[in-house]
Amino acid sequence: MGYVPQDDFGTPSVQSATTVTLTIDGRPVTVPEGTSVMRAAAECGGAIPKLCATDSLQSFGSCRLCLVEVEGMRGTPASCTTPVAPGMVVHTQTPRLEKLRRGVMELYISDHPLDCLTCSANNDCELQDAAAQVGLRDVRYGYAGENHLAAPTDVSNPYFDFDASKCIVCSRCVRACEEVQGTFALTIDGRGFGSKVSAGQATDDFLSSECVSCGACVAACPTATLNEKAVAEIGKPERAVVTTCAYCGVGCTFRAEMKGEQLVRMVPWKDGKANHGHSCVKGRFAWGYANHQDRILAPMIRESIEEPWREVSWGEALRYTADRLNAIKAQYGARALGGITSSRCTNEEAYLVQKLVRAGFGSNNVDTCARVCHSPTGYGLKTTFGTSAGTQDFDSVMDSDVILVIGANPTDAHPVFASQMKRRLRQGAKLIVIDPRRIDLVRSPHVQAEHHLALQPGTNVAVLTAMAHVIVTEGLADEAYIRERCDWDEYQDWARFVTDERHSPEVLQAVTRVPAADLRAAARLYATGGNAAIYYGLGVTEHSQGSSTVMAIANLAMVTGNVGRRGVGVNPLRGQNNVQGSCDMGSFPHELSGYRHISDGETRALFEADWGVALDPEPGLRIPNMLDAAVEGSFRALYVQGEDILQSDPNTHHVAAGLAAMDLVIVHDLFLNETANYAHVFLPGSTFLEKNGTFTNAERRIQLVRKVMEPANGYEDWEVTQELAKAMGLGWDYAHPAEIMAEIARLTPSFAGVSHERLDREGSLQWPVNEAHPDGSPIMHVDGFVRGKGKFVVTDYVPTDEKTGPRFPLLLTTGRILSQYNVGAQTRRTANTVWHEEDVLEIHPTDAENRGLVTGDIVRLASRVGDTTLRALVTDRVAPGVVYTTFHHPDTQANVVTTEYSDWATNCPEYKVTAVQVSPSNGPSDWQKDYTAQATHSRRIVAAEPAE
Amino acid sequence: MSNLVYMANQIARNLAPQGEATAVDQTAQHIRDFWDPRMKAAILANGEGLDPLAKAAVEQLRGG
Repeated sequence: MGYVPQDDFGTPSVQSATTVTLTIDGRPVTVPEGTSVMRAAAECGGAIPKLCATDSLQSFGSCRLCLVEVEGMRGTPASCTTPVAPGMVVHTQTPRLEKLRRGVMELYISDHPLDCLTCSANNDCELQDAAAQVGLRDVRYGYAGENHLAAPTDVSNPYFDFDASKCIVCSRCVRACEEVQGTFALTIDGRGFGSKVSAGQATDDFLSSECVSCGACVAACPTATLNEKAVAEIGKPERAVVTTCAYCGVGCTFRAEMKGEQLVRMVPWKDGKANHGHSCVKGRFAWGYANHQDRILAPMIRESIEEPWREVSWGEALRYTADRLNAIKAQYGARALGGITSSRCTNEEAYLVQKLVRAGFGSNNVDTCARVCHSPTGYGLKTTFGTSAGTQDFDSVMDSDVILVIGANPTDAHPVFASQMKRRLRQGAKLIVIDPRRIDLVRSPHVQAEHHLALQPGTNVAVLTAMAHVIVTEGLADEAYIRERCDWDEYQDWARFVTDERHSPEVLQAVTRVPAADLRAAARLYATGGNAAIYYGLGVTEHSQGSSTVMAIANLAMVTGNVGRRGVGVNPLRGQNNVQGSCDMGSFPHELSGYRHISDGETRALFEADWGVALDPEPGLRIPNMLDAAVEGSFRALYVQGEDILQSDPNTHHVAAGLAAMDLVIVHDLFLNETANYAHVFLPGSTFLEKNGTFTNAERRIQLVRKVMEPANGYEDWEVTQELAKAMGLGWDYAHPAEIMAEIARLTPSFAGVSHERLDREGSLQWPVNEAHPDGSPIMHVDGFVRGKGKFVVTDYVPTDEKTGPRFPLLLTTGRILSQYNVGAQTRRTANTVWHEEDVLEIHPTDAENRGLVTGDIVRLASRVGDTTLRALVTDRVAPGVVYTTFHHPDTQANVVTTEYSDWATNCPEYKVTAVQVSPSNGPSDWQKDYTAQATHSRRIVAAEPAE
Repeated sequence: MSNLVYMANQIARNLAPQGEATAVDQTAQHIRDFWDPRMKAAILANGEGLDPLAKAAVEQLRGG
């Protein structure tokens, strides 16, 4: 489609069962009660001039441009702040209004640069449009008076400028920062004529302020005051394509606004059901990696990792790869081969990779990066509820009265949902945070947690069992709900277990370090505060008892009757854009798509009939088992799509040893990532901007990914997998990912009603979508649990075997921050590095003082398995005895330090608990020096010889 | 102790609260459901270091 701005109805939509009919400019209009006159007029096709109003913000009534006349009402009320009333008769265009509006516009324009033709917002400016609307032809006051035309431009932000000379002080940016984002970084400084938008304190600019660069202010600005640098450089977009973000599991939808084949900007789509027009710094701005010079566009092969890469044609690369795979299979058997699907790729691509492994390689050795993040969610929720997914949609949080956040940091890792959560908290919902760190949610503008249980890392199960103890022993269990929905006998067994005095907060506080009184108060609030919802992240799953913790969370939700309606539920905040989808698609070694076990003959027969091959009925290897088997010699070849296990998986030394032991490592990615240092084949990947398909977000919402430009490498990723399958002798012939989705729907009951055509028409669908749920399922378990009766599982606290001691007295926990994403392959190749150019180690002042450390010092971080160096950040955000870092940068490689201890049920690594020592250092560790040299050596490329 | 023995012990230790008989059954089933054949063969071949619950589960696996 050509470039058309998104509709703006001026004020937000109103949900009301009661409607009101009024007359606007002679036309009858019926709208929900509470709707503004401005919105009612816009919905029936009228356009009342406006400047301070936009439908993402509450009405403000300051610009005085949207005045209307209402019969029987005195004066000329602002249509944005005037609600409709039955029988109201409104006139939006009268001589009196025209005169008033023109006068207002004259005042605005008298203090605004008249450089429209050279302005970056020319022809995309609401001030320009409003001037045209009111018929402004002259400014009687002239332009010589006092003005703001010499006001400076703040260019500090890497993605947008703030040109104060063009500001009309409508406060839309300030209100967006408050209402949409919830950061409150902007304000109007000064009074009267001196009023100006200010970021942070008087001495701040945008970069040094608390601004999180979400872009809400830029989207709200009606002029060129806040405008993307890319628009200034490239010009106004000429077309827009709606697609889905490839960063976190929120699954924001954006309009990719294009000029030719060039992406100008990503603008959050107002109709996006996950983000409702909001965005974060990553999705909104950090897409420059797509055209980064590091991107590899030509296939490459080499016999040995000691050799330099050799660029070859696609044909040669695929033939070579297929021949090597077939040869290894012939020599060592099918179970010597495996693959890893990507949570960054589409559902269709993940499905094809697992199909290639099962139908082509002949094994079930397929796994996915969910192994190292949310595999315990799959296990725990399937065991207790019957399905491996969260129970709610994001909007459900607006009906929550109590929000319990455990082991998650939504403002950094799921920022757009965090904004929605903060909106609900500002409305009065109560917050409980269970986290070793004082995450931003604990205390931020207008948000204050009622309880922050700063537990000792590794004691989640103890804390949750103690909460259950309080709920059961104090008679707060919802027995009616339990009797109706859960297995009563299992509940009684569980209740007897948690009632035992050894699970009381008073006994367990010696382990958890959570004061018993605080824990009791939090448990009471959760059980009695109304609709209570639990949101959790990797601080729950990445433990030796990750699966137990997920089940303990499910127990808490069931015992209080908090599953099966809006405002409640168990909500895993998924890390990557398609981690839910990659799991749904059969990426685990023990199950086919839709979470059906490979040993189930009926399911296997369905796939065998469709694919025309016999499938191995035995489960395959998980990623850590693949690495173990490689070292032992029985696993020889690995196809890795869009995943960097050398940087992301624990104990880097062991991962490297496993990769080095393989005969063939195929990396299919955008960049020569760290894993590629051990690869023999590199197949260039395509970005999310260059492909069609679907992602499924954390709320089970399936959304289309639409190709906005041709793949720079020549092929979408699903095409590369298909070509490799063909080269191996498989007769695949998909013409479009829609055909792959048709196969998924045919073979997967929870996707039975999903198709690209329907997604295109309806925007999104939340699985299950089938005969029982033809329109999808925003809320799960409404009429009962998927498994039948909800299952209470006894979860006893089992301490991790990773112990602190004299040599390693501190506990390291790892995580991520707002501006970077996972291993940083994408975000490190954007201007986001301005906020986080290196990983740092957070350490408590007491621990720092004991070691003679101050912020900025280079420190050695050592565990039993390895060591690295990085800079220290002294902060009381972490408790004494706890240190924290991120894993975004390969030159730090935090996973050199993390161990292979893992969740008992799923082998999800215990990233959150590593015993470490921190000491002063004067430079990189030996490992870092060796690694840098090895990586540099491995990345040598010999260009292809030109064809004769 | 091999990595597989450690894994089996860890599974059994976490399932122990279900009661001995259930824990043995569930540990055996867990290994059946989630372990690759070479892992199963390896622990059947060498279970040195297995805790009693895990050992009983492995014996159950051996019996089919």
